[in-house]
Amino acid sequence: MRRSFLMSAALPAIAALALAGCASEADTTATDTTPSPTTSQDCSPESLQTLTPGTLTVGTDTPAYPPYFEDDDPSNGKGFESAVAYAVADELGFTSDQVTWVTVPFNKSYAPGDKDFDFDINQISITPKRQKAVDFSDGYYTVNQAVVALEDSPIANATSLAELREAKLGAQVGTTSLDFITNDIQPTQQPLVYNDTNDAKSALEAGQIDGIVVDLPTAYYVTAAEFDNAKIVGQFPAQDGGEQFGLLMAKGSPLVTCVNQALTSLKDSGELQSIQDEWLVGEDAPYFTE
Amino acid sequence: MTTPAEAPLEAPVIPYVDPHRRARSKARSRRDALIASVSTVVVFAILGYLVTASPGWPKVQETFFNLDEAVAAWPTLIKAFVLNIKIFLVAEFFILILSLLIALGRGLRAPVALPVRIMCTVYVDFFRGVPTILVILLLGFGVPALQLKGVTNSPVVWGTVALILSYTAYVAEVYRAGIESIHPSQRAAARSLGLSSMQTTRYVVLPQAVRRVIPPLLNDFIALQKETALVSLLGPIEVLRSAQINASANFNYTAYVVAALLFVAITLPLTRLTDWLQRRDTRRRMAGAM
Repeated sequence: MRRSFLMSAALPAIAALALAGCASEADTTATDTTPSPTTSQDCSPESLQTLTPGTLTVGTDTPAYPPYFEDDDPSNGKGFESAVAYAVADELGFTSDQVTWVTVPFNKSYAPGDKDFDFDINQISITPKRQKAVDFSDGYYTVNQAVVALEDSPIANATSLAELREAKLGAQVGTTSLDFITNDIQPTQQPLVYNDTNDAKSALEAGQIDGIVVDLPTAYYVTAAEFDNAKIVGQFPAQDGGEQFGLLMAKGSPLVTCVNQALTSLKDSGELQSIQDEWLVGEDAPYFTE
Repeated sequence: MTTPAEAPLEAPVIPYVDPHRRARSKARSRRDALIASVSTVVVFAILGYLVTASPGWPKVQETFFNLDEAVAAWPTLIKAFVLNIKIFLVAEFFILILSLLIALGRGLRAPVALPVRIMCTVYVDFFRGVPTILVILLLGFGVPALQLKGVTNSPVVWGTVALILSYTAYVAEVYRAGIESIHPSQRAAARSLGLSSMQTTRYVVLPQAVRRVIPPLLNDFIALQKETALVSLLGPIEVLRSAQINASANFNYTAYVVAALLFVAITLPLTRLTDWLQRRDTRRRMAGAM
C-alpha cells in the first residue's frame, strides 16, 4: 500500500524531471552549450540539492585502477574518470576544492537506503536491469570489450569469436566483461571469475586461463604497463548502440537533469573527447569477426 | 545435561506419580503450550510489523526478497551449489582422516617419537594461525605459477587442498581435546587387562573420545561448508560467486538470500542428525551406568 502511494506520488515527479531533462538537453544542443533560459531546473551550486550543500560528493571504489584513476588517489584529477568527475563538477559550478571523494565499494553502490555520494563514477555500465535500482546519467564513455592473452597462449592469434569458444576465459566479477563471455562468446568451458583484475592477471600468468576479457582501456593499460609478454588479442565490435559507462545516482536523485546537462555541454564543447584522448590512448586493436 | 550419576535418582520417581498429580500436570502442560504459542505469535507479529511498517521496507523487500529475482536466479545457483557440495565432501573425507593422524601424532609419548610430535605441533600452530584465505591464494595462485611439470594447476583442486590443510589443523585439536578428556584410569585399566598401547587407543580411548567431540566436529563441518565459498577467489563459480554475479548484473541482492537458504537447507538436517545421535548416545551411556 505504502509503495503504491509512494509510486503514485513519485511517478509524476519523475516523469516531470525526465521531461525537463529532455527539454533542457534539446535546448542545450540547439543553442550549443549555453544553458537555455527556458530550462526548468536551476543548476547553480547553491540550488543543487547535493548531499552536503555547497559540496559535490563523488564516490568510487578502492583501489582505483589506472587508466581510470592514478596512484589510487581519485582526488588528484589524474586518470580518465577522475578528470571526468572534476569536469562535471566544474560544469555544475563547483571548484575542485568543493569536490569530496568517498569510497563506495561497487557492491554497496546499489544498496537500498540513502546514498553517501551525489554520484558514483566507477566504470559502471548502464543496463536496463540496473536502471530499475538506480538512476544513471547519460553515458560518458562508450566501451568495447577486449581479450588479453599471453604471447604463448593458444588463443594469442585468434581472429574470430569461434576461435575463442574452446578457450578457458576469465573476467572480473560484476563486470559486463563476464556477461559478454557468457552471452556472446558462449565458451564450452565455464569461465573463471575473479574479485579484481589483479587476481585475473595472476591466473593468466599461472596458466590457469587462456585469456581474460576486460574493457579496452584496461586492456591497453595492463598490456602496456603490467605485463611484458601479453597482448590484446582483439576487441569486439560494439553491439546495439554500444555499452556506455554512466554516473550512478540514487533512484530519483534531484541531480540527474543537471548532471546530464553538464555532460552534454562537455560533449558539445569537445572537452570530454579531449579528456578521453589524454587518458585513454589507442583504439586500434583488431576487431574480432563472428 | 544429565550425568550418569543423577540417572539412578531420577529413574525410580516415575512409577509413584498419583493420578491427581498427573491430571494437574497435564492441565499445566496444556496451559504452558497455550502461553508458548500466544507469546510466539505476538512476538513475531510485533517484529514483523516493525520491519514491514518501516519506511524503507518496500525498497528493502524489493532489493533483498524479490520473488521474481529468486525464481530467475534459482537454476544457476543450484547448479553452482553442486560445486560447494563436491568440495565439501572431498575435503571433509581427507580432513577426518588426516586430523585424526595429527591428533594421535601429538599424543605420542614415546621419546623416539619426539620429531613426529614436533612436526604435528608446528603444523597445527601454523595452519590454525594463518587465515584460510591466504592459504587458498598461496596454493591456488602460487603453486601453479611455479609451473611444475605434471602438477595440476586446477583452481578447484588447489582450493580444496588449502581448505583441507587449514581445517585439518582445527579438527585435529578437536580430536585431541576428546582424547585428552578420557580419564587416564581408562587407559590404565585397559593396559592392565593386557591390551597393547595401540589396542588401548583403538578400542578404549578413541571410541569414547570421538563420541564426546561429535558436536564440535559438526561445528567445524558447518564452518567448512560455508568456507567452500572461499575457493571462488581462485576463479571457480560456486554458489556465492554465482549470487554475486547475479547481484551485480541486476543490482539486486536477492540471489545472496537464496544462496544463504541453500546453505541453511543442507546444514539444518545435519544439525538435527547430530542432536539425535547425541541423545541416543547419552541414553546408551546412561543405560550402561545403571
